[in-house]
Amino acid sequence: MRVGVITFPGSLDDRDALRAITLAGGDAVSLWHGDHDLHGVDAIVLPGGFSYGDYLRCGAIAAHSPIMSEVVDAANKGMPVLGICNGFQILVEAHLLAGGLIRNDHGSFIRRDQKLRVDNIDTPWTSGYTQGQEITIPLKNGEGGFIADDETLKQLEGDGLVAFRYLEVNPNGSLNDIAGLRNARGNVVGLMPHPEHAVEPGFGPDTPAAMSSGTDGLAMFQSVLAATVLS
Amino acid sequence: MPKVIVEVMPKEVLLDPAGKATARALQRFGDGEITDVRIGKRFEITISGEVTPKLLEHIAEVSKDVLSNDVIEDVISIRVAD
Repeated sequence: MRVGVITFPGSLDDRDALRAITLAGGDAVSLWHGDHDLHGVDAIVLPGGFSYGDYLRCGAIAAHSPIMSEVVDAANKGMPVLGICNGFQILVEAHLLAGGLIRNDHGSFIRRDQKLRVDNIDTPWTSGYTQGQEITIPLKNGEGGFIADDETLKQLEGDGLVAFRYLEVNPNGSLNDIAGLRNARGNVVGLMPHPEHAVEPGFGPDTPAAMSSGTDGLAMFQSVLAATVLS
Repeated sequence: MPKVIVEVMPKEVLLDPAGKATARALQRFGDGEITDVRIGKRFEITISGEVTPKLLEHIAEVSKDVLSNDVIEDVISIRVAD
């Protein structure tokens, strides 16, 4: 199963995403923003970072990269696409997911191990979790405040399109504690926190069991491998 | 060469944390006349040749699609610089 990770100028977590896919048992494929070629991958990850230095708006310039025309096309045909942090911002700017992401309400960059609730497991990226499962994965962003107009928000909630919600602490002022979304079809998922940083014991968030032992992000990458095998 | 000026502002209903922080800084000066600041963007676009109605239409389009995000921002003016 081939899962591509797109590197944009300023991507930061592309190699962590490639590593997470490998640890989950997939074939990780590096993709380049300037190509018009998805190299036959079965799923795509848009990684975190600061593409184009966050110039204009976070993710805005990357959303118009050459490869994004192929990504939008593939997403519209049902290919699983996951956007993490800056990747989520890119998906929103490409209109593959609803709403927008603005500067954190407190004005500061924040990094913390963040507790989330998985609110929707009917996607190829979340099927490996249980409905309502509480997970902890790292969060690190300056512009992660999710916003949408009332009508969009009502639709997202009514249609069950909120994939992840912040628990205990709302770290950035996101409306309705929204940490991540899916599209109507379910193949496109985006979230601000970083599942790829919680995939290997010794390098994840602390757990009651042991320091740095959290691997709650791994199921996201295992989910898509299981989903693409089935389809 | 002529220039077209495009101005984009965050939507009124949204919190503008950068504007709020700046307003607090400005309030250290003066006698409390300054109550709020909102920070937007100004783009100066240089044009080769003449600014035609068709070109302004094109600029309006890219202002909406690229220079701004209508979920969070409004294009508030597009004009030819003097």
